[in-house]
Amino acid sequence: MKHSSLMKVAGVGALALTLAACSGGGTPAPAPSASETAAAPGGGGELVIWMDQNRADALTDVIATFEEETGTTVEVVIKEFGSIRDDLTTQAPSGEGPDVVLGAHDWIGKLVQNGVVAPVELGDATADFQEVSIEAMTYEGAVYGVPVSIENIALVRNTALAPEAPASWDDMVATGQAAVAAGEAEFPFLIGIDPNTSDPYHLFPLQASFGGPLFGQNEDGSYNADDLQIGNEGNLEFARALGEWGAAGLINPNISGDIAKEQFAAGASPYTITGPWNLSAFQDAGIEYAISEIPAPGSQPATPFVGVQGFMQSAYSENPIVASQFLTEYVASEEAQTAIFEGGQRAPALTASYEAAQSDPDVAAFGEVGASGLPMPNIPAMDAVWGDWGTTQIQIITGQGDPTQLWTDMATKIQSTIGG
Amino acid sequence: MTTSTVTPQRQRRASAQLPSTRTLLLKIAMLAIVDAAAVFAMTLLFFQENWLVLGIAAAVTLLVNWIYLSPGVLPAKYLTPGLIFLGVFQVFVILYTLYIAFTNYGDGHNSTKDDAIAAIVLQNTERVEGSPVYQVQVVEGLGGLGLLATSPDGEALVGTAEEPLAPLDPAAVTFDGGRATAAEGWTSLGLQDILQRQQAIADLQVPLSDELEDGFLRTSNAVQGFVFQSVFVYDEAADTMTDTTTGIVYSDLGNGQFETEDGQVLGTGWQILVGFENFLYPFENPRYGEALGAVALWTFAFAILSVALSFVLGLFLAITFNDDRMRSRKAYRLVMILPYAFPSFLAALVWLGLLNAQFGFVNEALFGSADIPWLTDPWLAKLSVLIVNVWLGFPYMFLICLGALQSIPEELTEAATVDGANGWQVFQGIKFPLLLVSTAPLLISSFAFNFNNFNTIYMLTTGGPRISGLSENVGHTDLLITLVYKTAFEAGTGRDYGLASALAILIFIVIATISAIAFRQTKALEDLN
Repeated sequence: MKHSSLMKVAGVGALALTLAACSGGGTPAPAPSASETAAAPGGGGELVIWMDQNRADALTDVIATFEEETGTTVEVVIKEFGSIRDDLTTQAPSGEGPDVVLGAHDWIGKLVQNGVVAPVELGDATADFQEVSIEAMTYEGAVYGVPVSIENIALVRNTALAPEAPASWDDMVATGQAAVAAGEAEFPFLIGIDPNTSDPYHLFPLQASFGGPLFGQNEDGSYNADDLQIGNEGNLEFARALGEWGAAGLINPNISGDIAKEQFAAGASPYTITGPWNLSAFQDAGIEYAISEIPAPGSQPATPFVGVQGFMQSAYSENPIVASQFLTEYVASEEAQTAIFEGGQRAPALTASYEAAQSDPDVAAFGEVGASGLPMPNIPAMDAVWGDWGTTQIQIITGQGDPTQLWTDMATKIQSTIGG
Repeated sequence: MTTSTVTPQRQRRASAQLPSTRTLLLKIAMLAIVDAAAVFAMTLLFFQENWLVLGIAAAVTLLVNWIYLSPGVLPAKYLTPGLIFLGVFQVFVILYTLYIAFTNYGDGHNSTKDDAIAAIVLQNTERVEGSPVYQVQVVEGLGGLGLLATSPDGEALVGTAEEPLAPLDPAAVTFDGGRATAAEGWTSLGLQDILQRQQAIADLQVPLSDELEDGFLRTSNAVQGFVFQSVFVYDEAADTMTDTTTGIVYSDLGNGQFETEDGQVLGTGWQILVGFENFLYPFENPRYGEALGAVALWTFAFAILSVALSFVLGLFLAITFNDDRMRSRKAYRLVMILPYAFPSFLAALVWLGLLNAQFGFVNEALFGSADIPWLTDPWLAKLSVLIVNVWLGFPYMFLICLGALQSIPEELTEAATVDGANGWQVFQGIKFPLLLVSTAPLLISSFAFNFNNFNTIYMLTTGGPRISGLSENVGHTDLLITLVYKTAFEAGTGRDYGLASALAILIFIVIATISAIAFRQTKALEDLN
């Protein structure tokens, strides 16, 4: 018994060590995560970049050039866009995070609050970008990334059902309802919202036309978190109008964003408010469309939010020099900006590429609508706004109370969340 | 006499204990693979200097080896893999959640104090307005790393972290197209050296002059340098962060952030242990208290009804399909298992589309274009959520009831029929109690699962039509777990993992208590067997 168990132990031990040695020989020496001392042959640093599939495909050439010219190895990790912000926040402090990430500009406030992004110094190149894109990427005076694309929503109309751009909001509603009455359409216009959380982003141009900003602005154009203006008179007027539209069925919580896109592509409505991301679906469905500015139900112009996406540098990056080089010399180059634009449908942020992209009529049209738009607030206080803003809009649309009362309660709650 | 009778017995026992060489070799091979993986993992851990995990891994490996190489210890041999997975995926997770519950980990308290200080200083270095752009070359000299800078008007200057920028004799400097690339007494670093010392170069701050207000030169890409001013200065001795533009001094008052006495706070903070603060949140927050009551009631109702309804449905179908007189049972059974095969995420999203009041299949096809607000009316939403959950859960009940029914011996049923019992009495008196013996534990675990059934509720209604009149964002179909999720992650003050963990632990305690008590009760059923 003892003899055989000794044999067993010896057998196990020998086999185990052999297997471990085989596997150990196959893999390279374990890289210590604390310090970058191993220099791969033929090159120096390493760069880990997180981005979505779309931009990765667009940037393959630029990255290849970067690898050649600087001798760095670039590892591109494809991640779903929506998960990048939170994953960066939790993973960066562990030291295993990425060096560069693709992100949306309204994440910047939160990312700075969590200390995970580093400012990027563009120097004189700041002037080479569209002003709104630099403004969007700026938080508390520092620029936190290199912008690559600008997007906003606009009114897309089906030229078969509505040949002319509407002169006013009432004109649009009238044309839409006439089309429904004549049996040519099913909906006067389509705006997709979520049945529980609405879509304040899509409804914002309408809100803005009543003169209702969310936050007051500082002199340098940034939003002032201490000056919550969501409860002001202009916004209350919007709340009342929203109640009326909900009661009249113009804004329907059962129509989600996907359903709105589908129905417009099927020709069920002359108008829809959407962004450049849906244009390919309309083209595939054979809809002849035209893009124009959103008619204003209030007295001010209906300016949409401008969304900017760009590449940011992690504050925990162990390759800050290489990451900076990549951002300031390669991502900011005309080549990269134009490549990203051609891969998607969003306007580029670099002015030179932007001008060249104007030859595309859709981009030019969206750009015109967004020219007077302001970037979405990127301050952390914005988080306190989205949730209640959306659910209150649904309550108003479904007629669950007096719009003025509901909106004022919401403003009070948001103020206490931000302040308290 | 005794020797001749004992020896064959002992031989038989001995031969029964010796395994065949094939099983022995298989056992050694599998154990060796596990050991090899463990050794590989331990070498990696050793290089990462992660002593705690290394220790645990070593202890567990030795234990596993001892268990499988010892002759006896049979229960352990069966239970070990399960226990290891239980330890890693359940026990460790619970303990880690408990640890996080005592901290304030979340937005604004993301990492350690050193990281927070570094981040605040880094984010608040402003470029001095109107300052020129310098072309730089990273060099190294007696004083350490330095920058050889070329000003826009062609002057060459050099400095280190301690020595401010000083002009150099042009004769001692080599220029390459307007940019100084080398100087006497300094070694220029090539690309490879720069890449190896990136962190140090990025942190290098060369003062512009002896005056602190003039700022410092810093490079982020080793080619251009800009002049910066630190707005925030950290005083290590006093442990304060001072804003040089306004003069406000922020100190560490023990809340995991830099703040002043009158409440001004610097956004970037760090994790600290906060004791029981997170656990007391539901009790100290009155708005939350009112929401909690209604939601707790619905959670219990939802869990109990889901289990009861799916059990009844599953049992009914199992009995029906157990009967020999039913044709094509196999085909029916296959169809009925299908809901179980779908991932619950997918099923919930599909049902979301089906139940859409205007475009959903249910309203358009089954109810003739009626506008029934399945997911937006409070009571209909509750009903819809229950229906979807029962639809997802009955195949599981169907399977276990089928198995349990088939294990009931036929003789009992026959004996009862002979005694004159009809179908219902047979079921009530014999089948059902015996069925409960085997399925009761599964019903309890199903209750625990449905108590925390986040997926179905969140996917279908995100908590449901909002309860008007409450200031918290609570809906009619919110479970305790979705309420916790909303409180911790969607409250607008940022993600609060500490609070989420504490509330999750509280829910765990509730469920664990209920389950423990219920399991005790099922012991009474054992007597039936």
